Amino acid sequence: MTATVEPEIGRARLRKEDARLIAGRTRWTDNLTLPGLLHMAILRSPMAHARITAIDVTVARKMSGVLAVFTGADLADEQGSLPCAWPITEDMKSPSAPSVAVDRVNFAGEAVAVVVARSAYEAADALEAIDVDYDELPVVLDMEAAVAEGADLVHEDLGTNTSATWVFDSAEAGTGSDVEQAIAEAEVLIERTYRQQRLIPAFMEPRSVVVDPTGEQFTMWSATQVPHILRVMLAMTLSVPEHKVRVIAPDVGGGFGGKLQVTPEEVLTFLVARRMGKAVKYTETRSESILAAHHGRDQLQKLTLAARRDGTVTGLKVELLADMGAYLRLVSPGVPILGAFMFNAIYKFPAYRFVCTNVFTNKTPTDAYRGAGRPEATFAIERLMDELAAELGVDPIEVRERNWIRHEEFPFTTVAGLTYDSGNYEAATAKAKELFGYDALRAEQRERRERGDSVQLGIGTSTFTEMCGLAPSRVLGSLSYGAGGWEHAAIRMLPTGKVEVVTGSSPHGQGHETAWSQIVADQLGVPFEDVEVLHGDTQSSHKGMDTYGSRSLTVGAMAVVRAADKVKAKAAKVAAHMLEASEGDVEFEAGAFRVRGAGATAKSVSIQDVALAVFAAHDLPDGVEPNLDSEATFDPENFSYPHGTHLCAVEVDTETGRVDVRSYVAVDDVGKVVNPLIVEGQVHGGLAQGIAQALFEEAVHDESGTLLTGTFADYLVPSAADLPTFTTDRTETPATSNVLGVKGVGEAGTIASTPAVVNAVVDAVRHLGVSDIQMPCTPMRVWQAIRTGQTDAGGLGNEAGGGLGSIDSSGGAR
Amino acid sequence: MRITVTVDGTTFTDDVEPRQLLVHYLRERLGKVGTVVGCDTSNCGACTVHLDGHSVKSCSVLAVQADGSEVTTIEGLARDGRLHPVQQAFHDNHALQCGFCTPGMIMQSIDLLADNPDPDEQAVREGLEGNLCRCTGYQNIVRAVRAAASTMSGGAGPEAEQVAPASNVAGGGDR
Repeated sequence: MTATVEPEIGRARLRKEDARLIAGRTRWTDNLTLPGLLHMAILRSPMAHARITAIDVTVARKMSGVLAVFTGADLADEQGSLPCAWPITEDMKSPSAPSVAVDRVNFAGEAVAVVVARSAYEAADALEAIDVDYDELPVVLDMEAAVAEGADLVHEDLGTNTSATWVFDSAEAGTGSDVEQAIAEAEVLIERTYRQQRLIPAFMEPRSVVVDPTGEQFTMWSATQVPHILRVMLAMTLSVPEHKVRVIAPDVGGGFGGKLQVTPEEVLTFLVARRMGKAVKYTETRSESILAAHHGRDQLQKLTLAARRDGTVTGLKVELLADMGAYLRLVSPGVPILGAFMFNAIYKFPAYRFVCTNVFTNKTPTDAYRGAGRPEATFAIERLMDELAAELGVDPIEVRERNWIRHEEFPFTTVAGLTYDSGNYEAATAKAKELFGYDALRAEQRERRERGDSVQLGIGTSTFTEMCGLAPSRVLGSLSYGAGGWEHAAIRMLPTGKVEVVTGSSPHGQGHETAWSQIVADQLGVPFEDVEVLHGDTQSSHKGMDTYGSRSLTVGAMAVVRAADKVKAKAAKVAAHMLEASEGDVEFEAGAFRVRGAGATAKSVSIQDVALAVFAAHDLPDGVEPNLDSEATFDPENFSYPHGTHLCAVEVDTETGRVDVRSYVAVDDVGKVVNPLIVEGQVHGGLAQGIAQALFEEAVHDESGTLLTGTFADYLVPSAADLPTFTTDRTETPATSNVLGVKGVGEAGTIASTPAVVNAVVDAVRHLGVSDIQMPCTPMRVWQAIRTGQTDAGGLGNEAGGGLGSIDSSGGAR
Repeated sequence: MRITVTVDGTTFTDDVEPRQLLVHYLRERLGKVGTVVGCDTSNCGACTVHLDGHSVKSCSVLAVQADGSEVTTIEGLARDGRLHPVQQAFHDNHALQCGFCTPGMIMQSIDLLADNPDPDEQAVREGLEGNLCRCTGYQNIVRAVRAAASTMSGGAGPEAEQVAPASNVAGGGDR
């Protein structure tokens, strides 16, 4: 180690994780097998709302290899109610949420019975032989109808389909003025209703769970983002002592919020393994995953923006209906509330009011999906800013510029009560415009319009910010969330100078092993290769809050840095003793302790020397414990506020409605960057999901509540052929809320991109009288909007499979 | 039914149910869990392997259909501890995040390069259309495939599965 060693932070390190993954040397939960392992399969309701009048399992029970069949009645006494950790209001209505339905089903896909068999094939066979009689009940699907007087009820015992109404008002909170007055005095009013369609997270690895009850502890392997939360919740839900449960998240194939859950399948596998006294595995099929794993988004947004003629915004009123589906899952009620603080975005609104009504329907429960509440908010405000620009006849970027927080105004406390620590919207926008060739594209757009070209060019802008790095515990407390937002880490110094880092974050594709190694290498001055990152097992990593909400780096890695500080502090005492100096005279740089001011050639002891000396413990200063290992728990004081400017150019064929993304420029400011390769990858993937919401994806139910988009043939996760090449770049405004200056990046691309694309599509055809097209902007909808002004062709329940991105404009598959 | 299949260079003779899918035979009977199942409608391509040198989705092939054939999975690509150039390129270009689609993506990429040793971007995107990835947005996958093309010797069919002599894998073999 020399003092000139290149810092690891900022290096485009190739990932440590890859070696196993590219060779197929993987530990997905479904790969696991144990002696005597049994296989569970789940029979699911085809009805969206019905009474179960009879279940006959006698034939199934006698089939080859079938050890047991359990119905809801068999498990009713021990299954408890699936947890909801976020009661957003004191009077929130929350139905009992069984893992397996007992006497009624409330969405199509709800479990009604389970089979336990020797093999997965035999278990699947036996499902066919179970006979269930249903007595159909009226289905509740449409949110507006659900909250209307006299509506049919999803849960009769609750007496209403409204779960809760949550309000933020800047006048009441003292963070701003009265929005009704702003609206009354407005020179310009923009009133719109936007729909956030229902989405499906569609992580590539189907969920899988294995429970082994044969040891002193129950061991659960699960494809989860949240092994630590899962352990606590299993203990609380099933009255099993927490210390008797160990949860392991082995390799986990993506999550995007979809695996931030305590699932019925996990609970059922646990209950069945406990009954059988044998290890049991359940792996869902993709069709089951699409049907029964929680969905995302699904909001109706009624929006009123008040402004002056000069483009200055004066007020924003947001009234939401948010579809919870049939039950409240782990954080379902809080997802739309996370958006409450983001509708005002980067703009200086003096008055703001947000009202969200959470509604029950007979559909799959909704919960977190990449962005969770913030994409909805960003979509609404960025669409409205374009509408305001169109109303005033000014450039959409100009109207944003007139209203955004200028870089010299940070830190800035918003009308929603958040304090943004840092940002430079001017710099990101300038860079994006240059990379995009904004002026040239506007000129081409004018030229094509004048020419009456059948293919029109549209340009969409999204100047977004978001709040992530969930979350300061005191804020979560004020929002009635059931837990804190801290994260834990530990560092173990091994005798040979190698380092084990234990993290409570739980990666499932993000590259923590690489990024944490880089951070610790810098902190302790050890080689990148000498760091091993341990995670995702409550036995090795006993304490954690897991990975979601772009929190790993800004919360989890801060705990790692704090733990490293403690290691260094402990090591300094020993090093001073070894150097025969007083502790105050010793400094640490690039992995070695020296007497301060003694020069680079002076005697030094490396942190590895200290680790060995502590292991031997032959000659330690008095009162010093022979241990450098340290742990820390970090609770952030603020959220993280990444921002950026995304510009999208689309070509819209006005004769077919087909949309082609011609270019996409994303300039993101995520503060300091630990690994630019990983950051770029996160942005790419985020863009893909955000663009997919704009153009391709939608979960569609028919009028009886059957999910029509129940396979990957119908639910259009985009392929390589459907997406453009992105131009990504960054500006770097360090966060002031953490010592590394870093901001979250996991959700930014998804949050930013959806409105950029839809703004571009609308911009391409606005001169034809179109001011909105509902998502996904399918060829059908775009064509209809151009022809008839109808914005929602193929809306709720009309058309499965929106996007067809792989079909070219001549009608044939590519 | 009794079948004999050579998988990643080892020959296996087994009795299988006629309905058993090749992917389940590979995973459950042979322990080749590097090949994974991502869907049940042949849309995602996560289970892609090579059957007699050509890519197939092993969820849409019955084990009995592989009787007498050679199967190569992701686990059989590396030779003597050296990665296949496409595996190396996926690493070098950060073409994977969670890694679940990666085995299928790599197997399909090799097949694509066998058909077209120097594909342009559009050809790569279209060649991988049957393989879904939810993490990467595909950009780095496309980059990796094109980078691999430049490090592999041109060739057709099954030869593409062979690791080329060292002189032809500059930057692709042992970094």
